[in-house]
Amino acid sequence: MIRPLLSLGFLALVAVVLALGLGSVTVPLPEIWQVMQGEGSALNRALLLELRLPRTLAAFATGGLLAVAGALMQVLLRNPLADPYVLGLSGGAAVGALLAMLAGMGTILISGSAFAGALLATLLVFGLAHGTGSWTPSRLLLTGVVVAAGWGAVITLMLAITPSYKLPGMLYWLMGDVSYARTPWPALIVLVLSIVLIMPLARNLNVLARGPMQAAALGVSVRPLEWTIYLLASLLTATAVTTAGSIGFVGLIVPHMLRLVLGNDQRIILPASALAGGTLLVLADTLARTVIAPEQLPVGVITALLGVPTFLYLLHRSR
Amino acid sequence: MSRLRSRDLVINVPGRSDGYSLNLNIEPGQTWGVLGPNGAGKTTLLHTLAGLLPARHGEVVLDDTLLKDLKRRDIARQMGLVFQERQDSFPATVMETALIGRHPWLSPWESEQGEDQALAEQALTALEVDHLSDRLLTTLSGGERQRVAIATLMTQNPDIWLLDEPTNHLDLHHQVKVMNLLQDQAQSGKAVFMCLHDLNLAARWCSHVLLLYTNGDACWGPADSMLEPSALEKLYNQKLITVEADGAPLFVPVRSGSNL
Repeated sequence: MIRPLLSLGFLALVAVVLALGLGSVTVPLPEIWQVMQGEGSALNRALLLELRLPRTLAAFATGGLLAVAGALMQVLLRNPLADPYVLGLSGGAAVGALLAMLAGMGTILISGSAFAGALLATLLVFGLAHGTGSWTPSRLLLTGVVVAAGWGAVITLMLAITPSYKLPGMLYWLMGDVSYARTPWPALIVLVLSIVLIMPLARNLNVLARGPMQAAALGVSVRPLEWTIYLLASLLTATAVTTAGSIGFVGLIVPHMLRLVLGNDQRIILPASALAGGTLLVLADTLARTVIAPEQLPVGVITALLGVPTFLYLLHRSR
Repeated sequence: MSRLRSRDLVINVPGRSDGYSLNLNIEPGQTWGVLGPNGAGKTTLLHTLAGLLPARHGEVVLDDTLLKDLKRRDIARQMGLVFQERQDSFPATVMETALIGRHPWLSPWESEQGEDQALAEQALTALEVDHLSDRLLTTLSGGERQRVAIATLMTQNPDIWLLDEPTNHLDLHHQVKVMNLLQDQAQSGKAVFMCLHDLNLAARWCSHVLLLYTNGDACWGPADSMLEPSALEKLYNQKLITVEADGAPLFVPVRSGSNL
């Protein structure tokens, strides 16, 4: 049970070192080691500690948050296609954040507003898709996609009426770009805390994946558990969006790939999602920085290019 | 050993008047069969007894406590349920499926130990699905999945076993196997309460029978007093021929002029 997590942890480390070394200027491994020990040239230290390390950690935290949020929503909806981006949570969070920015609020209020937006988006999608019956996959996805389109329209409207000097600061929310991340720490802390919080619930989630009735018959208090997951997934999404804007499909690809390899035990899948999601986004961001260097691509472009085919493949396979 | 009682219980079948309220005493050692036509509320009754559906009136009592005052986890240690329909949205192996039966017995930080594994293996062997333990559930036949579900309940090992048509999809040999296993469990002190479609299985293996009519009427009691051909004909709106075989009555539906 520990082995896959150790391997993923090792991969994450490799990805972080790679991200530190690669870029417009390549820093070889021995020099990275020197900087990490508090030595090395001033230029290297500034480059690594002030630019690349915060950005890499932000990418890691964002990827981890999104992947765990995706894994949680998939269990909650018992549907491997659920993902915060596809279901419009990211859109809702972005609208919340943009509204707060438009009103000239501070960073904390922007995060709070993004959280409220993500919560509202989830409530809207779940409420509408639920209707009088149960959550059928097609109904849920359709609702999510349409609501996401609605958020898109609201975002465009807000951008149209925003004074132009505020625009650059807002645009990054929509592209999904870690280069504007101010600090990686809130996201990292939320990621670690939520994993610690969710681990004692992980076996409950395994049982919930068999359906709410079966879970209740096996001693799970289904409603409180569902609310916990729902709130947590919204919090994780909102934190990811406030760190790096709306980045799509990480929550879809990562848990899916992991389930193929590791099975569906949430005690492994959830921490593994955090590690693998972080690794994926670090690698995607490194690619985004280097592929047409010195120009940079928003990382959301890379994840979407990976995610769209994966999503279509999954949809095609699920009858 | 726990016992399950219902006090003036009226199950909530949509669009039906209240009917007859149920005062059941399900005691250790008893094997109950619930018989009734489609839509009579057999599954609803099972789910209500398990506390998964609210009753319209009355209450369910587990030992001396009202079911609704108990925590789900405490209920699950005393009472388990095999559902008629199951969801498998995510791939899971047979062994993983049996092991979720241990869920109510483990604390949040605990994971399954050797003894849990042993219980699961024992249950899978008893249901003759031990050779499938590494297979994915989705690759099994309906009857094999049914046996895995019963093995999961056996791994859970509650005092009270509720089963919704446990012989669904099973071939003849495994029907007998499962009914014998349930009877053995009852004889070792469990209480077994199951919905059945096969009158003859009920006649041969059940100590008690509950007849549930579409209009909400019900009657219950020891099997030999309940299995009256005239009552059963009225229950199913179907003429029956009764013969005796292997020491138990055998009910055969009449082919022509089947309506009463």
